[in-house]
Amino acid sequence: MKAFLRKITGNHEVSLAIILVVLFLVVDILSGFKFHGIENIGDIFKNNALTLIMSLGMLCVLITGGIDISITGTLAFAGMTIGLLQKYDIIHNTLLLFVIALAIGAACGFINGLIIAKGKVSPIICTLGAMYIYRGLAYVISNNQWASGEDVTSFSKFGNSAGPYIILALAFVIYFVVMKWTPFGRKVYAIGSNREAARISGINVDRVEIAVYTLMGLLAGLAGALSVSIYGSAQPNMQTGKEMDVIAACVIGGVAMSGGRGTVVGTLLGGIFYAVVYKALPLVGLEAIWQNLIKGVIILGVVIINVLTQRAMNRQALARREI
Amino acid sequence: MSDELILELKGITKIFPGVKALNNVHFQLRKGEVHALMGENGAGKSTFIKVITGVFPPEEGQIFLEGKEVVFKGTKDSLAVGIAAVYQHPTTYPDLSVTENIFMGHQIKNGPFMNWKAMHAKAAELLGRLNADFDPKSEMGTLSVAQQQMVEIAKALSTNARIIILDEPTASLTANESKELYRIVKQLRDEGVSIIFISHRMEDMYELADRVTVFRDAQYIGTYDVNGITTADLVKAMVGREIKDMYPKPEVKIGDEVIRIENLSRVGYYKDVCLNARAGEIVGLTGLVGARRTEVMESVCGITKPSAGNVYLNGEKLKIKTPKDAMDAGIILLPEDRHKEGLILSWGLGMNVTLPVQDKLAKIHFFNDNKTEREMSRDLLESVDTKAVTIFDPASSLSGGNQQKVVVAKSLANDNMKVIILDEPTKGVDVGAKAEIYAIIGELALKGYAVIMISSEMPEILGMCDRIYVMCNGRVTGCLDRAEADQEKILNLAMLEKGKAVEQA
Repeated sequence: MKAFLRKITGNHEVSLAIILVVLFLVVDILSGFKFHGIENIGDIFKNNALTLIMSLGMLCVLITGGIDISITGTLAFAGMTIGLLQKYDIIHNTLLLFVIALAIGAACGFINGLIIAKGKVSPIICTLGAMYIYRGLAYVISNNQWASGEDVTSFSKFGNSAGPYIILALAFVIYFVVMKWTPFGRKVYAIGSNREAARISGINVDRVEIAVYTLMGLLAGLAGALSVSIYGSAQPNMQTGKEMDVIAACVIGGVAMSGGRGTVVGTLLGGIFYAVVYKALPLVGLEAIWQNLIKGVIILGVVIINVLTQRAMNRQALARREI
Repeated sequence: MSDELILELKGITKIFPGVKALNNVHFQLRKGEVHALMGENGAGKSTFIKVITGVFPPEEGQIFLEGKEVVFKGTKDSLAVGIAAVYQHPTTYPDLSVTENIFMGHQIKNGPFMNWKAMHAKAAELLGRLNADFDPKSEMGTLSVAQQQMVEIAKALSTNARIIILDEPTASLTANESKELYRIVKQLRDEGVSIIFISHRMEDMYELADRVTVFRDAQYIGTYDVNGITTADLVKAMVGREIKDMYPKPEVKIGDEVIRIENLSRVGYYKDVCLNARAGEIVGLTGLVGARRTEVMESVCGITKPSAGNVYLNGEKLKIKTPKDAMDAGIILLPEDRHKEGLILSWGLGMNVTLPVQDKLAKIHFFNDNKTEREMSRDLLESVDTKAVTIFDPASSLSGGNQQKVVVAKSLANDNMKVIILDEPTKGVDVGAKAEIYAIIGELALKGYAVIMISSEMPEILGMCDRIYVMCNGRVTGCLDRAEADQEKILNLAMLEKGKAVEQA
């Protein structure tokens, strides 16, 4: 039993999963068993699809020891572009629109990666600038106009189908495999754990870093397209501030801001945890004005627990080393 | 030196969760004595120092200062009675001035304000006492390691310390800087300060110490007069067994030239460096710190870019831009700083070892983390005889010597290697593990690798190398054959361009 307990508390994912299940049950009971319906769960995923998708890219960025706060700017730029393409009846092909959004996102991410890896600019500074630039581009190209529901009618059919769920599931499966079982994943972790050692071990650190930011941008572009498709409109100010939710989901999922540590499963659980709380608050009778406060408390609480468990693990490792 | 004891520790036992770090150890320090504390890594020396300075209160045992029992609850208590420690890696504030570093924690104040004038004056006086040639207002980060160490000693003196503990003071110093340190230590001793120092270097002990205490496996082994014990006996006391041959240099039939470096230059670092190494040959590269040995080899391995010159491998000119290019060609560098550049400490050994061959493994089997990878890392670690439990043990759990072996195993992961460059392979490694690392280096030569070994340690350079290149100020000043090389010739070459240099012998 003791060993079992230690195993649970020693593994962030397992403990988070247990907390999640308990939380789910509590909310379900408090809400009079209205929470566990398939529709409601579907809603949770759909409403948080953007955060969840982008958290995968953010996971990699954070593991390398970086950060990207320009993602919602990228999202808006890509989303606005395809919104306008429909508004002015230039393109209405859903697949093509997705490809365009992905390409714009990847280009934005690539530029970030290039500046960070080759220019040695600190990631937060680089993406802070990029955040304003990409968001600004969304405003400039749209001239502060919206693309409304009528403009994107055919495109939003995809958002109301099973499409977003499939994309979400695929993205997580691909990332899980890549991060766990491929050289690329191993290199990302290596760079975050010890950049110099990775470089001397023959890893092209710059290239991996550029790839990580490009993938982040790609997913932000994807999120832009999904946002237009799911919510049926495009505005230059869409999803402002959501980058913090993405980072928060990663952190709750056990990703270390200092780099080197974090998993896809943890990120998924972190994202769901965040989403469940968000969804549950009104159901258990807490008004929307409470949401930010509760969010903050949860983030800090989880981070403090993370620090404490990590410290305990380090102490155990040290005890083993001491002779 | 009198026979009067200034410090005595009796029956000290210190327990950490699960382990006894010190088991009933004793120690006696006489007034005005230099006392060496020796033992392998993990013998408990560092823990012992922390008991003396009050960082770790012991579970059992007593500490007597001048015959009176004392209890230290923290470093403040030990500092108050005049015990100061200077640690292996200077624990300084690189962005602050020397004065600020010296008086950190016990600033001289004028009411509520800092009295900078008095502190600068006092700092200058302390540094003058140590014959230091730098200004107390200079920034700590701009000083060399040796100078930083002087500041640390000055800091100890500024607290009026009667007992100074030096933890591996010469580990990152060159031969010349060590001599300077010896001078300072002797001067302090003559002024009546008692000194405990920890070192892996036998030279240090013979040069300085009056007596030596040996710890092994957390136990007290004995205290000896330095003049009354032979090196072999001392090593035996430390290691617990006899080391027959410290430098097992194998007889290798030396093959053809493998690597040739021609007129390699990097502006501001080194110029016109020429050297070569043949298959099965161990080539030493030595010189004082600042001779730019590491910098040359970093360029050869693609870590930095040379501004001129060429590297040839088996007669073919190489174009190396990244460490990966060098590795693909067959040249690998084992960096000096194992923690910063050699290993990913939080990772298991297996993953560390196979890191350089991720892409190759992926060609055999798309997904990594599989049997091939695990078997490969197990074989490699076995080939260097690492004392690890499993390949999943984190690299941080190993001692310095074993970590170095893992770095060697890692360099062998690529089977196309031809040139292995080791940068200070035994730095911070204890005597027993040193002998093992030398044996591994010998085996590498036997297997036909061309081995280039950067080292500041004279005995290992003389003991292991077929040829020895000496650098000074970014230039190669000479190359000595094994037969003709001796300490004096090497030192002459190493100081050839420093003005006060001696004529080449």
